[in-house]
Amino acid sequence: MSALLRTEGVAKAFTLHLQGGTRIPVLGGVDLVVSPGECVALWGPSGAGKSTLMRCLYGNYGAGAGRILLRHRGEEIDLVTADPRTVIEARRETIGYVSQFLRVIPRVATRDIVAEPMIARGMVKAEALARATALLSRLNLPDRLHGLPPATFSGGEQQRVNLARGFAPGYPVLLLDEPTASLDAGNRAVVVEMIREAKAAGTAVVGIFHDAEVREAVADRLFDVIPHQDAA
Amino acid sequence: MTRPMLEARGLTLHFGAIPALVDVTIDVAEGEVVAIVGESGSGKTTLLRVLSGLMPPDAGTVRWLGEDVHAMGEAARRRLLRTDWGFVHQNPRDGLRLNVSAGGNVGERLMAIGARHYGNIRGEALSWLAKVEIDATRIDDLPRTFSGGMQQRLQIARTLVTHPKLVFMDEPTGGLDVSVQARLLDLIRSLSRELGLSVLIVTHDIAAARLLADRILVMRRGRVVEQGLTDRVLDDPQHPYTQLLVSSVLAA
Repeated sequence: MSALLRTEGVAKAFTLHLQGGTRIPVLGGVDLVVSPGECVALWGPSGAGKSTLMRCLYGNYGAGAGRILLRHRGEEIDLVTADPRTVIEARRETIGYVSQFLRVIPRVATRDIVAEPMIARGMVKAEALARATALLSRLNLPDRLHGLPPATFSGGEQQRVNLARGFAPGYPVLLLDEPTASLDAGNRAVVVEMIREAKAAGTAVVGIFHDAEVREAVADRLFDVIPHQDAA
Repeated sequence: MTRPMLEARGLTLHFGAIPALVDVTIDVAEGEVVAIVGESGSGKTTLLRVLSGLMPPDAGTVRWLGEDVHAMGEAARRRLLRTDWGFVHQNPRDGLRLNVSAGGNVGERLMAIGARHYGNIRGEALSWLAKVEIDATRIDDLPRTFSGGMQQRLQIARTLVTHPKLVFMDEPTGGLDVSVQARLLDLIRSLSRELGLSVLIVTHDIAAARLLADRILVMRRGRVVEQGLTDRVLDDPQHPYTQLLVSSVLAA
């Protein structure tokens, strides 16, 4: 099977203009291949650049060199050079990202936050809301919270809202940054089940899992992210 | 990819010796929300005025659906501002008629494009007041009896009632309380998505730009110093000025 997501020689450095132009190299020569139905766990010490790589894969950070090739609408697009409109389209249809923190939108109810990406992909509103409700319930978020904006929710509750939003549309490629960091054992098990179902449906998953139990339950292999000074 | 509806190339404008715009190129596609951010005096509002045909540039072109905005006659440009375009001013008093009722403010835009049936106009006005969360009992009140936030919502209703394709917004939340800002941003966000509107919004509020915009342009001293996908520009800024702008925002 051909890869859904692959990178060729991806490098990323940050130049801090406010700190006298200090240049911090983080990633170099990253070659990653992820196939349909496969879960690859990024592996490396804290600060090695795992989250930076994730953000590059989503187009949130601009890679300084190399290519990030995503299979989108049957063709590979390079997220490093793609114009913003193409990246937005790919995020709507092809690639999802569950970060560690929920970006709360004032006044928007939890259920609507989860339904929004499905509606953007053309799902009928009622159907999207029903699916949102089902997923939130599966993640043990009480019904009475579904109609409230998540601004006042606990960290674990917000993370579950984020997970529901990321898993709901069924993107072919899913990026998970510490998806179980603030969850209890029961909810971790639900997330493991959801990742397995996504894989069975052919989703290519890239994740950062600090929790060894979760990692062993879902990852097919590890991908080493090497701190840049060691890579040189 | 959809062809841009608004296309501006190489816009340059000087106020005496002061460069207000330097070789600015920008386009807006259908259904796209584009934010222009930068400090006061960076040329944001001037750019909006040039793009909407209110002020001619020294050099460069602005095209709407292929037609040169500054070459068309005054009458054609006014018609554009009544039909395809909408303009939401920072100060609602610049966009409203204060001696005309709330319902009249909304209905007047409809009449300007040919609506004549009074019952329909009032019905449409009521439905728009509801969309912007203004109570129906206020339809006959004068806008000057409204709070700043209500006036701004009324201006948005007045602008959108004619279903423009592109809405120019100049600091639409400037000068409002934070709680009122959030409500207004949510309103702009949901209406632009529901109606598939294109929006060009000038703001110095980075959080508002992040919430609303697909793309962002950062202006400084009349130049676009950085542009691109909103979250990439804000999370991985490349230009020293953008880095300064982003790092200066207090996290709430």
